[in-house]
This record gives sequence, structure tokens and C-alpha cells, in this order.
Amino acid sequence: MAEQALSASPAADRASRRPGRRFDLKRQPGFGAVAVTCIAVLYAPILIVVGFAFNESRSVTRWSSFSLEWFEKVLANDDIHNAAKNTLLIASCATIIATIIATAAALATTRSRAWRGQTTVYTLINLPLVVPEIVTAVATASFFGLLAVLAGISLGIGNLILTHSVFCIPFAYLPIRARLEDMDLTLEQAAADLYATPWQAFRRVTLPLLTPGISSGAALAFIISFDDFTITQLVAGAGQTTLPLYIWGQLHKVGVTPEVNAISAILLVISILFVTLSFLVGRRR
Amino acid sequence: MALAAASDHIAQVQAGAERRFLLTRQLLSGPAMIVVGVFGVLPLTIMLIYSFLVPATYGGVEWEFTFENYIGFLFQRDIFDDTLHFVPDYLQIYFRTFLLAAFTTVASLIIGFPTAYFMATRPPRQRNFWVFLITLPFWTNLLIRTYAIQLIIRDEGLVNDVLRWLGAIDQPLHILYTNFAIMLGLLYSFLPFMVLPLYTSLEKLDFRLVEAGFDLYATRGKVLRRIVIPLAKPGIIAGCILVFIPALGAYVTPLILGGGKQHMIGSLIAVQFGTSRNWPFGCALAFILMAVVLLALLVYVRSTTGKSKVVHG
Amino acid sequence: MKLRVFGAAVVALSLAGGAARADGELHIFNWGDYTNPKLIEKFQKQYNVKVTLDDYDSNETMLAKVRAGGTGYDVVVPSDYTVKIMVEEDMLAKTEPDQMSNFKNIDPKFVDVYWDKGRHYSVPWQWGTTSFVVDTAKYKGDINTLALMFAPPPELQGRINVLDDMNSLFNAGLRYLNLPRCNGNPEDLKKLYDLLMSAKAQWRTFDYDTIGKMTSGDVDLSQTWNGAARRIRLQRPTVAYSFPKEGIEGWADNVAVLKDAKNMENAKLWQNFLMDPENAALISDFAKYQNAILGSDKFSNQLDPGFTDSPEFKVPAGLEPEFVPPCSKEVTDKYNKIWTALKK
Repeated sequence: MAEQALSASPAADRASRRPGRRFDLKRQPGFGAVAVTCIAVLYAPILIVVGFAFNESRSVTRWSSFSLEWFEKVLANDDIHNAAKNTLLIASCATIIATIIATAAALATTRSRAWRGQTTVYTLINLPLVVPEIVTAVATASFFGLLAVLAGISLGIGNLILTHSVFCIPFAYLPIRARLEDMDLTLEQAAADLYATPWQAFRRVTLPLLTPGISSGAALAFIISFDDFTITQLVAGAGQTTLPLYIWGQLHKVGVTPEVNAISAILLVISILFVTLSFLVGRRR
Repeated sequence: MALAAASDHIAQVQAGAERRFLLTRQLLSGPAMIVVGVFGVLPLTIMLIYSFLVPATYGGVEWEFTFENYIGFLFQRDIFDDTLHFVPDYLQIYFRTFLLAAFTTVASLIIGFPTAYFMATRPPRQRNFWVFLITLPFWTNLLIRTYAIQLIIRDEGLVNDVLRWLGAIDQPLHILYTNFAIMLGLLYSFLPFMVLPLYTSLEKLDFRLVEAGFDLYATRGKVLRRIVIPLAKPGIIAGCILVFIPALGAYVTPLILGGGKQHMIGSLIAVQFGTSRNWPFGCALAFILMAVVLLALLVYVRSTTGKSKVVHG
Repeated sequence: MKLRVFGAAVVALSLAGGAARADGELHIFNWGDYTNPKLIEKFQKQYNVKVTLDDYDSNETMLAKVRAGGTGYDVVVPSDYTVKIMVEEDMLAKTEPDQMSNFKNIDPKFVDVYWDKGRHYSVPWQWGTTSFVVDTAKYKGDINTLALMFAPPPELQGRINVLDDMNSLFNAGLRYLNLPRCNGNPEDLKKLYDLLMSAKAQWRTFDYDTIGKMTSGDVDLSQTWNGAARRIRLQRPTVAYSFPKEGIEGWADNVAVLKDAKNMENAKLWQNFLMDPENAALISDFAKYQNAILGSDKFSNQLDPGFTDSPEFKVPAGLEPEFVPPCSKEVTDKYNKIWTALKK
């Protein structure tokens, strides 16, 4: 009993390594197997896609020989460059906007007694989730169209960024909220007891503790925006083709081509680099 | 007298704190309200209005008010003898889609929970790596991945090849172009949306409680059922919402893996804006769907906010 | 000293002005994978215009976007019935291709077409027919009948793909039943409905990806377009394109200019450019469909020997491709109900 300090996880970690424990209290039989299988199955299609990107023949079912030809074609293709640029720009901006807004909203709507208008805020935030994509697509396209035709306002690629932000917000919000609800209020109260201002308490205590939730939320938001097809298809204007639109254009008429596989392989490598980088940076701190 | 002044002062301070509290909350939720309000709600209002209008000949709308679109969901004038009668076609499509989405959600929970638990119970330094591992596949475009699934499960694809090589089957299993294939595809698309919220919840789990359970001679199963799962509830609910609702409105995955023989809600609505040239009906269909889901969400919200939740310490 | 600075400034300004003075831009909105990059390059060089190209996957997607407005596109490529719709809804600019210098090159058959009589709005892009392909190794009988789609023999049952397109499918069904198209007659529609419901049991999928379905071996018969049929045949040589005796559907894609186009002059230049035989050959060479410009055949065969001799392009004498106009609202409504019932 004396060994049990007031902190949370470190105690549990110590507990599981304590001599005399018959089993690891965290281990559940079979869970590890499920997790590993799950991940293996997740990667199977990816590996196929990447593998066939190196296939010399055009076929995506029969392997012939190794070749980098498709990568050359992809890297030389201006349309793909343009689409990739657009996609990354939109996804990054939308993620930043959505995550900031979602964090603020989560702070506003959790861990307190009900306040006037809270339900409204909650409903509004989660509204994009409830609407079928095709409807959001047509609604937003009509809206921006009206704006352009009636008021002459056009935000260019800002249209897409704002549209993406809207449906990314709930995806960022939910993990942050889940995290917030589980957080220990005593830590922030302790900070207040130590004469920290609310802002300091937020910056030094709440925010760091919230980081896993925020990262989760941001990651989800980015993926959602990156992958979006239906809504982007209808809202995008001239010169705003994104990768999903480009790929759909290829897939729809010609079927799976090695060029498409090559694009995926490249994207995968970039994302591995990107995430590894952030992983390393996170570790250093 | 001093006492009265003092209590007045206290009341004032309290009122001020009250106002500040409300103001902070409102300010924090301001950006969300504005962005979603202008770019989310406004377009939807336009759509709501459209759903009460008459479709124009070649798509678009005529500015004439009508309830036809909503009536048309349940009743139709028979095309052969022109009488009004109940037609379950659309209900059937909705029901089938709901079932499929429900199965997908349950399946993703069954697979996602152990995975998230496993990830959350790794040593802290490893955890980011596992999150990375789970998220990485989703950096490949969904369309491509879905086509890759198609390649794997088609008659002459990987799964059938392996099963035949193992001698388990003679004729190829017709997996592709069935509802099962759609479920696989949806599961595959939405798994991180179940795993990540679950993981965030589980990661903060206070394992002292688990330890207490074991100390009280509970079995693993009981500990899981009575302690872990209830504590992970916010994550479970978030995950279920994030999977069920998009699965309901899914359009691309059923298109690629389902074979197009049966409508789901997504394709039904899409076709109204396409060859069917009936925008108002498409809007009505969408709002009917949204109404049901919104109702369920509102019930959930009312039941969890305003109540005091488990507060540690 | 001052003079030198002034002179340098003049030179600098004129250089900068010259570089900035590209002859404008052109924003094209076309079907995916349908525009030859060489064609765009040629146009860009010839007229010093910067071209952007975005794509869509169906007429309806394009219509929905254009109807919403403010897209920034100058040129779109609607199919025949869509041109008619857009003209009636006043979405297109009347660019008068019939007065352009290359107008004389259009095949006379494609001048007075139902969707643009006399060609006041659009110029032809590519055209083709819609029928079906079947693997002659799997079915040995006469392939030139729609019965293979609607009452398939045992060896083809469950191995059929049809286009996920209400109009193409219904038109084929009506042809098979020898009933008029754009049909609102309740009795006729009942016959159509019964036919479709019974045939549906023999169909495997409803999909636009006909090439993928046939080349992967998922199906042995697929409703498709002639150019796609040719591509399928090149990968699966036993496949043949059917010219059904009951009738064959025609379609034609056209290049039109949007009413609110910002680069009207360049759009007109583009329309004229496309009516040149050598350029038309470039169009055909990419997606491998026929074009409607006289004199382009010899260029096509230079680019791809034997292209114009492909069997898919040789419609048998006596069989005219039927170009079906858009149906009225009442008929479309009835069609919609049948389509939903088919897919519920």
C-alpha cells in the first residue's frame, strides 16, 4: 500500500514489473494476436499496390519483372504534381484550422456543468458527420456558386479549404473530447493552487496532457481531408484537381494502372518520412 | 451594514465570475460556430429549402412549394394504374443500409477494441510507434486501397488463389460484389476511426483500478467487462459514431465493391442528382436520413451533459 | 546617366511586359483520361495560351457543377443529350462554329444533329456506339442480338456486366422489345420492367468499369462502348463487339463554351482548332474513339496503323446508330421509379 503513489500510469507500470506478480495485469490473452493480425491485414492491400508499382508489365495481377518505369512517368507528370500540391495544401490548412477550432470547442463543451447553448454548439460541431457526403457536396457547391454569381466573391482554393475544415472539425473534436473527459481535474486545480493563471495552467498543464488527443484528432482530420473525394469533386474549381480526383479519373476510365500504384508508393514513402520525423522530434522533447 | 455590503460584494464577484465563465465558453466555441454555421449550416439550409421545391425538367429546381418529395418517400402513384399506395422500396434500401452500417460498426468494435487495448498497454515509448503503424495505411488513397481489396477478393484474386492452392476449395468463392464485400471495404476504411478514439480513452485508463479488480479476485473477463469497458465508454461511443454514420452515407466503397446491383442510401441519393434529375427528392432523402441520426445523437447528448460525470480526486 | 537609367527601365519594362503578355488562358473541363496532352501542347504553342485541364466522370457531375455556377471553366465536353439540355437552359455561349474557318471539315452527318442543328454552339469531339462485347471462346453462337443480354444462354448466366446507366440500359431493353424509346406508355413500361427484373438475376454487376471487368475475367459479357471494346479486345483477343440486329445506340461528345466563360476568344480558337483533321486525329489517337472530322483518317492511321480499320468502328450496312434525345420529365420520373425498383 505504501508503494502506491498518487500518480497514475507510472504506478501501474511499476506494479506490472513488481516481483512476485503472477501475471502482467495489462495483458489480455488473444488481444495481441488480434492487433497484429489486424495490422497485417491492413497492410496487405498496400503491399500489393506498392509491389505492383515496380512491376514491369501493365498488368496488376501478373508479375513480370522489376522496373522503375512507372515512377519515372509519375515524377515527370505535371498533372500529378499539381494535384499533389493542391491536396497537400488543402489538407494541411484544413487540419490546422479544424484542430484549433476543435480544441477550443472541446474545451468549451466538456468538463463543466451545462451552460446555455451548449447543446447547440455540440450539435453544430457534429453536424457535418451526420450529413451524407453527396448532399454536403451539392449544398456546398451551390452555396459557393451562388456566392460567386450573386456577390462576385470567390476564394479560389480557399473554398475547398473551408469546406474541408468544416467536415474535419468533428473528426478532430471527438478524440480530443474523449481525452478531455478522462483527464484528471486535480492536476489543473493543483496548478491553480500554485498561483498559476488560467492561461498558464492551460499552457503548462492542460495542453501537454491533451497532446495525445490533439494528435489523434489532427491525424484523423488530415486523413479525412487528404482522402476526400465526393465533396471535393463537386466543389473544386478550375485548376484545383486533387489527387483523389485525379486517381478517380484514371481508375474510372482505364482501371487500376501501374502509374496509380506508383503514386501511392511515393505518397507512402513521403508519409513514412513525415511521421518518422515527427516521431523523432516528439521523442527528443 | 458592513455585512450587507460584504454579501453584496460577494454576489457581484460571483455574478462576474458567472459572466466570465459563460463568456469564455462562448468565445471558445465561437470559431466553431462561425465556420460550421456559414460553411456547413447555410448550404444545408439551401438544401432543406430545395427539398420542398419542384424538380426542374433537366435537374435543378423550380421555385414552387410542394410536399411531394417527402410523401414520395413512402407513397407513390403507381406507374401502371395511377393510384396512390404505400411503397416500401425506399424503406427497404434505408433498412438494408442501416443493417450494413450496424454490422460494420460492431465488427470494427470487436476488432478495434483489442487492437486499441494492445496499443494502449505497450510501454509508453512504443505507443507512438503503434499509432503510426495504424495510421500509415490511411495515407494511401482510399480509392486505391479499395481497388486493391477488389484485387484480393475477386474470383481470381489472392484469397481464392491461396485457398485453392491449399486445397480448401474447388470453385472460387464469390466474395466480390456481395454485401459482405461492402462490409469488408467499409471496415477497412473506417477502422482507424474506431481504434484511435478507443486508444485515446484507454491510454488514460487508470490501471490501479484494474489492479484493484484483480486484487479482489476478479477474473480477466470480469475485469474487462466491469472495469475497463465502462471506463473506456467515451472512446467507444466516439468510435461507434465515427464509424456508423459515415458507413450509412458511404458512396464510393459500395460502388467499387458492391457491383452496383443494389442501392445503398449513398448511391440512391447520388443518382437523384445524376441521371434521375430529381434534386429535391435527393435533398428530401438526405434530410430524412439526417433527421433519424440527429435525433439519436441529441438523445445521447442530453443524457451525458449536465449530469455530473466521474470526477477524479 | 539619367538617360541610361531611363533606357534600362524601358528595356526592363518591355521585357517584363512581353513575358507577362501570354495570350491569356483557357480552362477546360473534360471527361477523365479523354484529352491528348500532345493536343494541348500543340494548342499552347500555336496560340501562346496557357491551358488547364480538369476532369469529371459523368455528364451529370459536370451539369451539377456548372449549374451551381462560378466554376471558372471556359470549355466543357457534354454528350449529345446534355448539349440539348444545356442549350435549353441557356448555359452555353452561341459561338457559331458554323462560321469558323475549319467548319467545312465536319462530316455532314454530324452537322444537323438533333442537339445542335447547324452547329451554333458545339463542335464534335468524339463519337461512338454503345452495345456489348462477348467472349467468343465462352459463347459460340451468333453474337449480334440483344438476347444475349436479356435472355442469356446458360454459359453466360451470372457472367454479365451492364452499364450502371439508366438510359443506356433502358434503351437497350426497349430496343430488344421493339418498343419506342422515351416511352411513357404504362403497358410498355410494364413489359420493360418485367424484362429487366427477370434479366437482372442473370447479371453479375452494374458497372462503368467495363474494361476492368472484362480483362480481369470477372465477366464474359459486358455492355460497353466501341472504343472500350477495342481496348478490351487487345487484351483479351477472343472478345468481339456485337452489332445487334435489334438496334444500336450512338453517342457523341461535343466541345461547347460556357456562357460565363472568362476566356471567350481562346475558347473559340480551341473550337476551331479541333475541327482541323490533323488535330482531330490526335484526339482520336488518345482515347481511341472515332471523330467526326473528314480527312483525319489518314492522320489517324499514321499515328496508329490500322486504327480506322478496327471492326468496332465498322457499323454494318442497314444498321444506323440511334442518338436518343433526353426524355421528358414525366417519362424520366417513370424511368426513375423502375430504376429504383430494379435496385432496391
